[in-house]
Amino acid sequence: MKLNRRRFILSSAAVGGGLLIGYSATRSSRHRRANDELVIGSERFTTSFIKIDEDNQITIFVPHSEMGQGIHTALSMMAADELDANWEYVNIEQAPAIDLFANGDLVKGFAGEFGVPSALMPLINVTAFPVAELMNLQITGGSSSVRYTGETAMRNAGAAAREMFLKAASTRWSVPEGELTTKLSYVHHNASGQSLSYGKLAIDAAKLEPPKSPSLKDRTQFNIMGKGLSRNDIPAKVDGSAKFGIDAHSSDMLYAAIKLAPVFGTKLVSADGKEALAQRGVKRVIELEDSYAVVADSYWRAKNALALVSARFEESENDYISSTDIEARFNKELTENDGSKDKEIGDADYELEKAADIIEANYRVPYLAHAAMEPMNCTVHIKGDTAEIWTSTQDALGTAGRVASVAGLPEDNITFHQTYCGGGFGRRVPLLNSNVIDHATLIAMEFDVPVKTIFSREDDMQQDHYRPAVHNNFKAAFDENNNVTAWHSRFTGPIQVPGASHIPYAIKNQSIRVVDGETHVPLGPWRSVDHTQQTFFTESFIDEIAHRAGVNPYQFRINLLQDHPRHRKVLEVAAEAAGYGENLQEGHALGIAVQESFGSFVAEIAEVSLNRNNQPVIHKVTCAVDCGWAVNPDTVEAQVESGIIFGLSAAIYGEITIENGRVAQGNFPDYEMVRMSTSPEIEVHIVESGEAPGGLGEPATPPIAAAVTNAIYILTGQRIRELPIKNHDFSFSTPLAKL
Amino acid sequence: MTTFKVNGIEHTLDIEPEMPLLWAIRDEIGLTGTKFGCGIASCGACTVHINGKAVRSCVTPVSAVEGQEITTIEGLAVNLGETNTSAPDLAAVQQAWIDHQIPQCGYCQSGMIMAVSSLLADNPRPSDAEIDAGITNICRCGSYPRVRKAIHALANA
Repeated sequence: MKLNRRRFILSSAAVGGGLLIGYSATRSSRHRRANDELVIGSERFTTSFIKIDEDNQITIFVPHSEMGQGIHTALSMMAADELDANWEYVNIEQAPAIDLFANGDLVKGFAGEFGVPSALMPLINVTAFPVAELMNLQITGGSSSVRYTGETAMRNAGAAAREMFLKAASTRWSVPEGELTTKLSYVHHNASGQSLSYGKLAIDAAKLEPPKSPSLKDRTQFNIMGKGLSRNDIPAKVDGSAKFGIDAHSSDMLYAAIKLAPVFGTKLVSADGKEALAQRGVKRVIELEDSYAVVADSYWRAKNALALVSARFEESENDYISSTDIEARFNKELTENDGSKDKEIGDADYELEKAADIIEANYRVPYLAHAAMEPMNCTVHIKGDTAEIWTSTQDALGTAGRVASVAGLPEDNITFHQTYCGGGFGRRVPLLNSNVIDHATLIAMEFDVPVKTIFSREDDMQQDHYRPAVHNNFKAAFDENNNVTAWHSRFTGPIQVPGASHIPYAIKNQSIRVVDGETHVPLGPWRSVDHTQQTFFTESFIDEIAHRAGVNPYQFRINLLQDHPRHRKVLEVAAEAAGYGENLQEGHALGIAVQESFGSFVAEIAEVSLNRNNQPVIHKVTCAVDCGWAVNPDTVEAQVESGIIFGLSAAIYGEITIENGRVAQGNFPDYEMVRMSTSPEIEVHIVESGEAPGGLGEPATPPIAAAVTNAIYILTGQRIRELPIKNHDFSFSTPLAKL
Repeated sequence: MTTFKVNGIEHTLDIEPEMPLLWAIRDEIGLTGTKFGCGIASCGACTVHINGKAVRSCVTPVSAVEGQEITTIEGLAVNLGETNTSAPDLAAVQQAWIDHQIPQCGYCQSGMIMAVSSLLADNPRPSDAEIDAGITNICRCGSYPRVRKAIHALANA
């Protein structure tokens, strides 16, 4: 396979129109390039995502990382359905890391949703990223794959290929296209009884230019989409054959264990590796600007020898900063600064001044690590002026480009081996994964064999880019009749996803402002990004307002959601399914939360009780999700289950604290997870609104924390305004009288 | 020198006696289905069978397995001697993992399957409480509800 890379040269002034035109102008010729560069024998690409061989085997190339979200299967279903393909003979492959498969549609989608380039920033980093690089990304994130790559690229690719087969058959048989039909990878001419497989038409079809806007099916015509089909990546994940980045293996491989500066941003002063070098299997002790590494013939030997290096990192002003200092700073910011505008409606300050009553509450959440099951790792083999890399990443092209720039090699000389990702959750996007990619490359440059750099679990947890610690001060104003008249919110930033702090509720006066929340702790997107903390805040405080107003929290929300039918509908479906308002088991309570994120609407109702030790037990979560329509309903359910449990781990246990400038937690005992014994029953209801598909990787995560703490409030009378829940004591609590 | 069998094949390795079995299996023998997750026996991603019992290999030194029979995910079906005509290479637990569409990212699932296989060998019909006590592996993708369903389905098969 030739791996030619082409650069889209775009000035930053061309962002927007220029970027998009650039994409659409080059798109139609992509399949020709694919045919020039990527086929063997009689295989043909009809469009750049779809390859068909003479035996009618169809291969669909998916340009996204499979992290367990089922994206390889879902996107292939979208292309195959529009193609009228026979699903039994569809093969699914990871698209190679070449710019033929860069996700321009994703960029376009984000352009529409948020505006480029700020929209991609949460996925890339909060710092600047060269805009011209955007076209070369293959990012998987933002719950965006189905919404953008699927709805545009994959469906159009399938539909275009189908039209090309129709045209090829029409020419072959000299009959009008209108007399032809397609079914199960065949073209039929019913009048003459002739039929030909797509495979037999592939060589003719591939010579045609793909139509620019092929007609797409409406939902009643779907044969594959909407079915709960088995995922293609699962068989390899039950017999040990699935390869993750960490599984790259060769007999001459070396292994690196690394120690990065424990206080973020500091540099290495010196490292004495004499004792380490004397250990069995140790090849080198390498000093880098901000770290040192031991390279050995086994990871275990490298890791043990690393502990024998005596090293010193430079001192920094952050050496004495701890979580309590950060909290004090955030409180000071919120007290002394009015921050910058996020959203203003009406005049909340005026309403607060003349209010009959005001309630005020201070909320906060800690930093969180991603803790994907597969610790960060990267294998690099530098061979003269070429390099091969193996790593689990949410952005293959971006990672290949990063290695090229660190190693000083042309991008064309990098071969990237895509693997499954052992969890991503935002950790494996560019610049956030650069601490492992850059160091692995620098270390491998010292050798001519493959070197696998592995972060220990402690490195992974202590060298992350964290979900921000955030404080939020709320005030609500009430008039004489207990109606809420103003919503006043001040929180610490940064804002990574615009709009997460906004509420759908019809409160006439709203003032939402953000103050500075940056510290020396590096930040990044964490599954559902800002929605994770903001939904805990807003859905808790609206619950406080409901209780203050004396209306049950479900009815209170419904009353204020008259202009938001999709929010209302998922709340209604979840409430009915959970038996809200009916008699519950003695000592149980239901808590509610609802949030829109990434184009999907999710309501969750948690059923909670206290056990004999006064610890909350989450028995069941009932969830209703409106994701427009479901491409693969079984995957939708799996993602909802996954998102809830991910959010629950954070709500109950998740807490990264800073002591003397560094992360205090190192492994699972001090950063605990929901396990089998603490995992609730989960019931998922898919509400098909028929609207455009929404994302699913993230939207189930935001509501769960507030759903649980809202139930705990009913059980105990204690309003949890600080996560995690494990830090609270419920020994002395009084259940609330029923509303 | 340390000698033990992995999936029926005898390996004699010139390695330190304190090297954890996990790294001997992955780096020395080159079987990568067994995963590194935490290194302190907390997460269970490294679970293998020693003489049929689930063990966390990241804290098990090879000196402790001298002469023993190790089974990894790659050898599970063969070592159980299960013959499933529709999928001859899969043990019943593995087939159930496909039927219930359990793995998401899949990284923890080798260990999860080894743990469940061992649990069911000891206790073919575990209660929910016994499942909670017996399966303590971490899955960040949250496959727990499906794992529980699959265990009950296997128990009732």
